[in-house]
Amino acid sequence: MNILVQILSIISVSIIPVIISIILIHGYIKDINLYDCFVEGAKEGFKTAIRIMPYLIAIFVAIGIFKKSGAMELLVSIFKPITNILGIPNEVLPLIIMRPISGSGSLAIVRDIVTTYGPDSFAGRVASTMMGSAETIFYTMAIYFGAVGIKNSRHTLKAALLSHLAAVIASVVICRIVFG
Amino acid sequence: MEIRIDKKGELIIVINYIWFFLIFIGMLVAIFTGNIDVINTAVIEDTQEAVMFAIGLTGIMAVWLGLMNIAQKSGLIKSFSKILTPITNFLFPDIPKDHPAISAIVMNMVTNMFGAGNSATALGVKAMEEMNNLNTDKKRATNAMCMFLVINMSSVQLVPLTVLKIRADAGSLNPTEIIGTSLIATTVSTIVGIFSAKLLENRG
Repeated sequence: MNILVQILSIISVSIIPVIISIILIHGYIKDINLYDCFVEGAKEGFKTAIRIMPYLIAIFVAIGIFKKSGAMELLVSIFKPITNILGIPNEVLPLIIMRPISGSGSLAIVRDIVTTYGPDSFAGRVASTMMGSAETIFYTMAIYFGAVGIKNSRHTLKAALLSHLAAVIASVVICRIVFG
Repeated sequence: MEIRIDKKGELIIVINYIWFFLIFIGMLVAIFTGNIDVINTAVIEDTQEAVMFAIGLTGIMAVWLGLMNIAQKSGLIKSFSKILTPITNFLFPDIPKDHPAISAIVMNMVTNMFGAGNSATALGVKAMEEMNNLNTDKKRATNAMCMFLVINMSSVQLVPLTVLKIRADAGSLNPTEIIGTSLIATTVSTIVGIFSAKLLENRG
């Protein structure tokens, strides 16, 4: 397991340099004017970043108000009876709700769970597994749909929430099997 | 979050409602708990954070869009996409085989897998722009866009480095023991996401 982890870590660190090298060497062989081509493409970057800024501000402010006001805690207490039935440890409930909303927020919750109950406790392991198996839904939707001005996101949120629910249940079940 | 039903009987969850309710409920809770000043803090701090994030994204976005431009002109993207045709055909049947959207999608997935954060975002935005070129109704997401976002949000990350660091800092005896469980959980969630997206798209 540890050798696998080391291999994966090395790949993680080198993936971007490798991709960049392949693109540049391939372009060089094909006799492309690399510098001009890069600059021409890079110009687009500024337009895109500025275009998504209003969408980012909108979603950051809404989530900020929701989190800082204490509405988050309220939501947790509403969901408590449901997770009790499903056998999900109560400690990870705030994480389940925070994960789709905010990346930094859920990271703070994981840190809290891990330091309070211990990283090798059941709650600690479930929280760590959950954090590694889900993504922040609202930011991603706001950035990606905002970038192209899509207003009607259709079934995206529903499918994403189903996938999040699957991640939650899978994390609990797998941790129960692996760690007992 | 409110669900609306349009003329064709299609369920639409509109970001409009989510946005409103996040703020509205936040305001109500702040008023009832007597800490209305948090609203002011949120308005000042979080908007600033959003702008900083967008500015931070500008540089990395420029780099990747510059590199993508080279890869496109040199034909690298075309050959790259060909290899992955069987997978992308299943996931994104509406995107033509050698369309630049395919390579942006694939590169976003690769960078996501290896936890390259902002690089993945830059490539993801590029993918959305390419997919929108194929879109006939510019306000409405296509099946391909929905599928792409669902896969993206189900997060196939091979090594959750930040979580490992938190575990190590907290004195775990074996910080890396959760890599295996995370991988299984993320695979399950991605598969569920893909099939949910496939099933839901046919209802529209």
